[in-house]
Amino acid sequence: MATHKIHALYADDDVLLRAVKLIKEQKYHIEEVFCPFPVHGLEKAMGIADTRLAINAFLYGLVGLSVATVMMNYIMIEDWPQNIGGKPSFSYLQNMPAFVPIMFELTVFFAAHLMVITFYLRSRLWPFKKAENPDVRTTDDHFLMEIDAYGEDIDSITKFIYDTGATEISLIDNKDDH
Amino acid sequence: MYTLTSKLKIFAIVLMVLGAILTVAGFLTVPSDEDIEHMVANHGIEHHEGEHYNKVGEDHETMVHGSESHPMNSVHGDNHHGDEAHHGSDTDVEHVTHQVHNRPWSAVYVAAFFFFMIGLGALVFLALQKAAQAGWSVVLFRVMEGISAYILPGGIIMFILLLLASFHITHIFHWMDPEVIDPSNPHYDELIAGKTGFLNVPFFLARAAAFLIGWNLYRWNIRKFSLKQDEEPKDNVWYKKGFKHSAMFLVFFLVTESIMAWDWIMSFDPHWFSTLFAWYILAGMMVTAITTIAIVTIFLKNCGYLEYVNDSHIHDLAKFMFGFSVFWTYLWFSQFMLIWYSNVPEEVTYFVTRIEDYNLVFFGMVAINFLLPVLILMNSDFKRRNWFVVTAGLFIIIGHYLDIYVAVMPATVGKSWFIGLPEIGAFLLFGGLFILTVFYTLTKAPLSVKEDPYLGESKHFHY
Repeated sequence: MATHKIHALYADDDVLLRAVKLIKEQKYHIEEVFCPFPVHGLEKAMGIADTRLAINAFLYGLVGLSVATVMMNYIMIEDWPQNIGGKPSFSYLQNMPAFVPIMFELTVFFAAHLMVITFYLRSRLWPFKKAENPDVRTTDDHFLMEIDAYGEDIDSITKFIYDTGATEISLIDNKDDH
Repeated sequence: MYTLTSKLKIFAIVLMVLGAILTVAGFLTVPSDEDIEHMVANHGIEHHEGEHYNKVGEDHETMVHGSESHPMNSVHGDNHHGDEAHHGSDTDVEHVTHQVHNRPWSAVYVAAFFFFMIGLGALVFLALQKAAQAGWSVVLFRVMEGISAYILPGGIIMFILLLLASFHITHIFHWMDPEVIDPSNPHYDELIAGKTGFLNVPFFLARAAAFLIGWNLYRWNIRKFSLKQDEEPKDNVWYKKGFKHSAMFLVFFLVTESIMAWDWIMSFDPHWFSTLFAWYILAGMMVTAITTIAIVTIFLKNCGYLEYVNDSHIHDLAKFMFGFSVFWTYLWFSQFMLIWYSNVPEEVTYFVTRIEDYNLVFFGMVAINFLLPVLILMNSDFKRRNWFVVTAGLFIIIGHYLDIYVAVMPATVGKSWFIGLPEIGAFLLFGGLFILTVFYTLTKAPLSVKEDPYLGESKHFHY
């Protein structure tokens, strides 16, 4: 497997963004970029595909709406259609205004919570997860770019990365493939 | 500079002429009183047949027309239209005659108000952008100024319509009838008489005049400041003035808009009241105005003007259209559901008439104004496609015309409604006038402001 990775540290997000563009142009493969905060345009510069979380959320919302409708229809109309304060419980449509608050809230509830859980699953985040942080400074004020150096000439790639404005470059032996 | 193409001018004039012809035809084709008498006589048989059925549940005629002492939703001369009255064909004929005579006037009123509220909404949106110091919308200021120019001719038309009603040339406002507040008159209506402190013609007209003057004054000032800022941008003096005026206008507007909604729309049903009604009208006004801004912007952009406007500006407008559509629906539903749920007779008649007599328009309008914009404009990519925005926009415009339509018509024409000659005619007539005014104003100044502290930001706006 890949034996070498290069960790390049940057001190500034503008420099980082420019470096990403330059390195992509040279067809070097950027494995990962670690940032202390979201850098606008980074995912575009790296060529990462758009997230589909919003589409998920929409579908989850439809599920929530269906759950609310089926639930209220079964309980209030089919199972035990009582006369409660004169509300018409003959059909779902007749009494629908009273159910709309529930339908709305369950739609939002399903959309929001299931989307968040999807996000955790896709990002592999959970309470006792071991942090995958290559350098503690990336959570504070440094930006770290991880470049695949497999099959590249180490000297020339190091020189190139240095020219893009990296403040610190280290060659990492890839012992554990994660 | 934008030049008004002769094509657009002719289009607008054709709309106006066609609209005027249809409207006049609408006035001329009002059936004669004998015809109405004949019509009602035939219908009278059905009334009697339906009676037994109605007695089982609540008397639905009572719900529709109101009980003897509290006539709801009445038109001129409808007051004593009680339970026993609706068999007597004389009252019935009088009742339907008034409805039929009201129809073309109501159609004109609905269309006039609809286009006026687009102009006013655009003005409010402009004031909001200025007061919020929005960075994205500066390149659209001239478009908003152009659309808001309609509040001068539109406001004059509205005032003339209110004057015509006040001088009893039209009878669309039932409470203006002097018979109903005269205790010695058999048509005396105690509920309306109790409201004369607010609902009396001189005060009503004075309010309307004050509001129209206030709104037009702000529009006149903000336009002047905007042009002056381009001429002498030093120290942003005119910009700052515009900011202050916008903030003051928004305070003035929110108060006056509430009262305007009570006066110009809610007083058609003088027995009914709703506390969130003014907000509801405001939401409809804002969403229609923003839609119009988006459509005019897309039109001008496609004609090769507005060089600084990009997809992101359209995207933002579409987001506003989406958001305000949902907001409107929220208010519509809040008003409907609270009244439906508690079912208090004096409040619920408003919706009973609409559900019984206007079922398809009433609920169809909600579907058009909520479901279609939400489904079309939910996707982020769609909000950047012009034709998606225009499609959603056309639905919103038609839907909100119907919204005003079902707010006014049940009180003035009741069951005798139809969307025919006068309605379509008046819509085309004022639509043509609106297009002409807006695009004529757009030719008067460059389509982008030249000097504004936020202009650079707006030119490079990117979402």
